[in-house]
Amino acid sequence: MLDVTSEHRKVALFGGSYNNWKATEAVLADAKRRGCDGVWFLGDVGGFGPHPDRTAEVLRSAELGLVQGNYDDSVGSSREDCACGYTDPRDNHFAQISYDYTLANTHAEHRAWLAAMPASARIRVGEKTVHLCHGSPRQVNEFLWESTTPAGFVEHLCNRYETDLLACTHTGIHWERRLADGRGLVNVGAVGRPANDGRQNVWYAVLEWVDGRVRTELVPLEYDWEAVVAEMRAEGLPEEFVETLATGWWTTCLEILPARERVAGRF
Amino acid sequence: MRLSMAWLDTLWLQVTGTVCNIACRHCFISCGPKVRKHDYMTVEQCQAALDSAKSEGLRAIWFTGGEPFLHPDILELMDAALEVGPLGVLTNGMLIDDALAAAIGERFRNAPYNLEIRVSLDGCTAEQNDRIRGKGVFDAACAGLRRLAENGVPALVAVSLVDDDAMDQARLVEVLTGLGLERPRIKWIPAFRIGREERRGRGYEAWEMLTPEDVAHPETPHRLQCGTSRTVTSNGVWPCPILINEPDFRLADSLDAALGPHRVDHKACYTCYVEGFSCST
Repeated sequence: MLDVTSEHRKVALFGGSYNNWKATEAVLADAKRRGCDGVWFLGDVGGFGPHPDRTAEVLRSAELGLVQGNYDDSVGSSREDCACGYTDPRDNHFAQISYDYTLANTHAEHRAWLAAMPASARIRVGEKTVHLCHGSPRQVNEFLWESTTPAGFVEHLCNRYETDLLACTHTGIHWERRLADGRGLVNVGAVGRPANDGRQNVWYAVLEWVDGRVRTELVPLEYDWEAVVAEMRAEGLPEEFVETLATGWWTTCLEILPARERVAGRF
Repeated sequence: MRLSMAWLDTLWLQVTGTVCNIACRHCFISCGPKVRKHDYMTVEQCQAALDSAKSEGLRAIWFTGGEPFLHPDILELMDAALEVGPLGVLTNGMLIDDALAAAIGERFRNAPYNLEIRVSLDGCTAEQNDRIRGKGVFDAACAGLRRLAENGVPALVAVSLVDDDAMDQARLVEVLTGLGLERPRIKWIPAFRIGREERRGRGYEAWEMLTPEDVAHPETPHRLQCGTSRTVTSNGVWPCPILINEPDFRLADSLDAALGPHRVDHKACYTCYVEGFSCST
């Protein structure tokens, strides 16, 4: 097992910046305002937003822990695609547009930084261990959706990785499942795009040691999405991506949603 | 040539074995109304497999056959599976009447985990579909899809790519939208050149085989569905749903004893490998 990297009373966990540098700035400010004594980023710096270097700069100038996402591995190693694991041709079409844009606009120095991120990390919150990963602890691009991640599987992962809590991102929709014994899994959502719920805000998580247990708060985060939308249009990024930030509904990468999560969205 | 599993997280239950209400000309396990090579599984057999798989880290359950909705206890089986994890049911859709569609809809909305219903359709018209699946099948499957949609269940449609005149995707989307599926989802399935399909189309060529280098590659357990799943029938355990009529590929009586390295030197393994195909959605 990995060594514990840091210890916290109250820690902010976020992931999926997807080049949304405004939201990345906002989450760092919000965590500070809430009195968090640490911040961890769970991966995917790049994605469908504008100016990839800006998010890299925001993250690199902040004091925070890092876990690598599939996007970071791909961009860091200049691979051919984002390795998001899509099978649908339309999803892959749009995923390739954002990937090619991100790769072309990420400075070599930032690519080296992305490539060097660790695949996972372990922290302590109070007396409990939290295993941090991007998709799942066993696979960087495994999707852990609420409707397809049963309690028995969460228990299996907690046993296998000898942890009280698991924290992940990758799907872009936040949720949490606790077992009867208090162990569990929290998907912290993403700050780079809204949660396909018709609202423009994005999500992250705050874990706090309170009364002998780790309390999880899934935090809705407002940010200046209109500024990001303007930049995306100026960069000539697809209007489908713009629409997602402006409306809160996903328009691409939909085929990977389980049926239950899919019917909750508009498209 | 044998492959070691990465882990077991997907369980296929051949709940109605090889018993089906139709006999498609491309069926790779040659199912039909009187084909009892693999019989119905009992509720106890299904529960035992679910229990074993759960302790291994199960995260997906699939019912197939044959036609799963022929099973007299299908709703009980669905409930048992949905207690453990997300469930997918592979069906021809023909037996989904109003009452069954309502029962499926209720489970789709309220079960602890996701329920996916996947309906097979091999053409945009009765003429295209029924030459493979049988007379009257297109209309009955469409009626099932419509009833599911009426009950809020967004069925996924599985299409076999067995003929050279490829399916017109835009036309299919139109057909499905017309049935009330607001956001049609389609899964394309390559031809497995065994069973009836070997006679209908062609068999495999001698060179269509995995190589030892393919099998040794560290990504292969994630590229082949048998790297993370097992299939249980009334007759025992196999690596995947495709090979259940191959006695040499049978692994064990029970799931617990079937988790060791398994053979991947069947011709059909080649299709999964080159297509990156999984029976899962």
